[in-house]
Amino acid sequence: MEKLNVPEQISNDKLKDIYKQMWLIRYFDEKVDEFFAKGMIHGTTHLAVGQEASAAGACAVIEQKDKITSTHRGHGHCIAKGATVDKMMAELFGRTTGYCKGKGGSMHIADVEMGNLGANGIVAGGIPLAVGSALTAHMKKLDYVTLCFFGDGATNEGSFHEALNLASVWNLPVIFICENNQYGMSGSVKEMVKVEDIATRSKSYGFPGVVVDGNDVVEMMNVTNEAVERARKGEGPTLIEAKTYRWKGHSKSDAKKYRTREEEKEWKAKDGIKRFKEVLLEANILTEEQEEVLRKEAKKEVEDSVEFAKNSPMPGKEELLTDVYA
Amino acid sequence: MREITYLEAVREAMSQEMRKNDDVFILGEDIGVYGGAFGVTRGMIEEFGPERVRNTPISESGIAGAAVGSALTGMRPILELQFSDFITIALDQIANQAAKVRYMYGGKGKVPMVLRTPSGSGTGAAAQHSQSLEAWVAHVPGLKVVQPSTAYDVKGLLKAAMDDDNPVIFYEHKLLYKSKSDVPEEQYSIPLGQADVKREGTDTTIVATAIMVQRALEAADELEKEGISVEVIDPRTLVPLDEETIIKSVSKTGRLVVVHEAVKRGGYGGEIASMIAESAAFDYLDAPIKRLGGAESPIPYNPELEKAHVPQVPDIVKAVKETLNRK
Ligand SMILES: Cc1ncc(C[n+]2csc(CCOP(=O)(O)OP(=O)(O)O)c2C)c(N)n1
Ligand SMILES: [Mg+2]
Repeated sequence: MEKLNVPEQISNDKLKDIYKQMWLIRYFDEKVDEFFAKGMIHGTTHLAVGQEASAAGACAVIEQKDKITSTHRGHGHCIAKGATVDKMMAELFGRTTGYCKGKGGSMHIADVEMGNLGANGIVAGGIPLAVGSALTAHMKKLDYVTLCFFGDGATNEGSFHEALNLASVWNLPVIFICENNQYGMSGSVKEMVKVEDIATRSKSYGFPGVVVDGNDVVEMMNVTNEAVERARKGEGPTLIEAKTYRWKGHSKSDAKKYRTREEEKEWKAKDGIKRFKEVLLEANILTEEQEEVLRKEAKKEVEDSVEFAKNSPMPGKEELLTDVYA
Repeated sequence: MREITYLEAVREAMSQEMRKNDDVFILGEDIGVYGGAFGVTRGMIEEFGPERVRNTPISESGIAGAAVGSALTGMRPILELQFSDFITIALDQIANQAAKVRYMYGGKGKVPMVLRTPSGSGTGAAAQHSQSLEAWVAHVPGLKVVQPSTAYDVKGLLKAAMDDDNPVIFYEHKLLYKSKSDVPEEQYSIPLGQADVKREGTDTTIVATAIMVQRALEAADELEKEGISVEVIDPRTLVPLDEETIIKSVSKTGRLVVVHEAVKRGGYGGEIASMIAESAAFDYLDAPIKRLGGAESPIPYNPELEKAHVPQVPDIVKAVKETLNRK
């Protein structure tokens, strides 16, 4: 068994967990896709199939005390931060046992006690929140960092720029992770951003920006770990740009006229899960048999979550007016 | 006449105007080949090209301000905001700039722009994609506010909005996009500030906006079976408000139910109710005015809770009966 070039604290067992988690993310979103197509879940949804490595890799190097903010495409971040798929699926089914008692749905899954400050229906809405979370850590001298996930499209919002500047001038322990999946809905990053790498936007705010292959979970871990160490040492924020691709359409209905099937194929060949599997097999950390077991376990967890969700109760009408104020 | 959908009527109104007037252009997120989040601009970039159908970055404050600035300097922009909830991000440019520029500059300059945006719940999109915030903008002098409820109205009102030399906030309702009515092919204009009596009646007046117009008409059908005659008025524009039509109707029926989807507290219904209380119609009132609106909570995701948030046909039926002291 070889030791991979990963952060020190990542054991080989942890690597297997991460691998399984990537499958859990994929199976979960594929299941959700199926249910939406069948009309079994209402509302809308945004799937992160193909983007598993950035969520899994980044969250692998933080601890339970650390926090994240997420996006509309947030199921993966949620799972990577330790959410149970039971409560996630129940939320999508609008049940009382869901993370938000069925009041939030796909775009608002959160688990504040566990450090997941929530998905967000507002593009870039979570970025200033992450800065606020880092401000609390700073003011109360708490030793946690905040990982802030957002997309390429979000970096064109004023909130992104204001938040980065604040984090910089206050020197806060926050790690900005831009998952550049090449499109903000139909807007190609090539048309909507004039710099080659979004990571360079950090330069205007005076802190480092790093580009990383977002489909390489090992690289994701290393780059995030470095940024987390910097943040913990009081050296301020980092902007990480993870280059990746969403395999599915933007949301429930998307004819994908703004991109080619060719391009989709090229990116699918760079599948982060497949590549990680090869790395693990090659390093003898995982055998083919073990791999299959992990995959099956992940699949079963998702199947079980559906049962859990279906057997959970719907909220009563009285729930409409609860939780409005603390 | 042919029937088309509300969505097609919006597109037709814009396209006809853009063919005539080079100063009119549209900007917004995903309005290019994607055709807009709800498909309203589908086919328009193919006809008018990317200069006049400007697919923008995700930057609501920036694009709203660019619309205001271009309007001030001679263009006539139509800004599409993907969901009306996102007006929160554009609001500085709308409320502090667009609405006030002309007045602050002592009557110099004008801002002829239309901000079109879909509002309302009923799609399961939850708290940040389902709001009806029209009262926020109706509160700001300098803005006009339109809420069409039929395909016929939306085409004529949009024409009037595009012709207007002031910033107009134009609310389209998501659940109405597929609704159909007879719509003339040629351009026509429905003046801003002219209510429409959607149904005549004698016992109670319902003033309803947007999707609630349909629900009020359904309620009226049901009530008719019980011998209750309801008049349904759609103000169509909140600013300017056609007070006269409402006052006349309430003076006739002596009873008023106001219904909108927006949260009741602070909603525009309060404005209509107090307008009546201050008017000559007050003397004719035979029962307290009833107001129906959204619940005092964010819009929940669960479909049953979402429905419970917003007035439904039975709620309207019940409110009308209450004005008549009937069960
Ligand atoms: C403020 C705001 N503007 C627009 C939208 C509609 N919208 C939802 S997701 C999205 C694209 C976001 O792109 P990106 O940040 O790259 O994230 P991705 O969807 O690619 O993960 C858009 C335009 C929104 N939800 N919020
Ligand atoms: Mg993107």
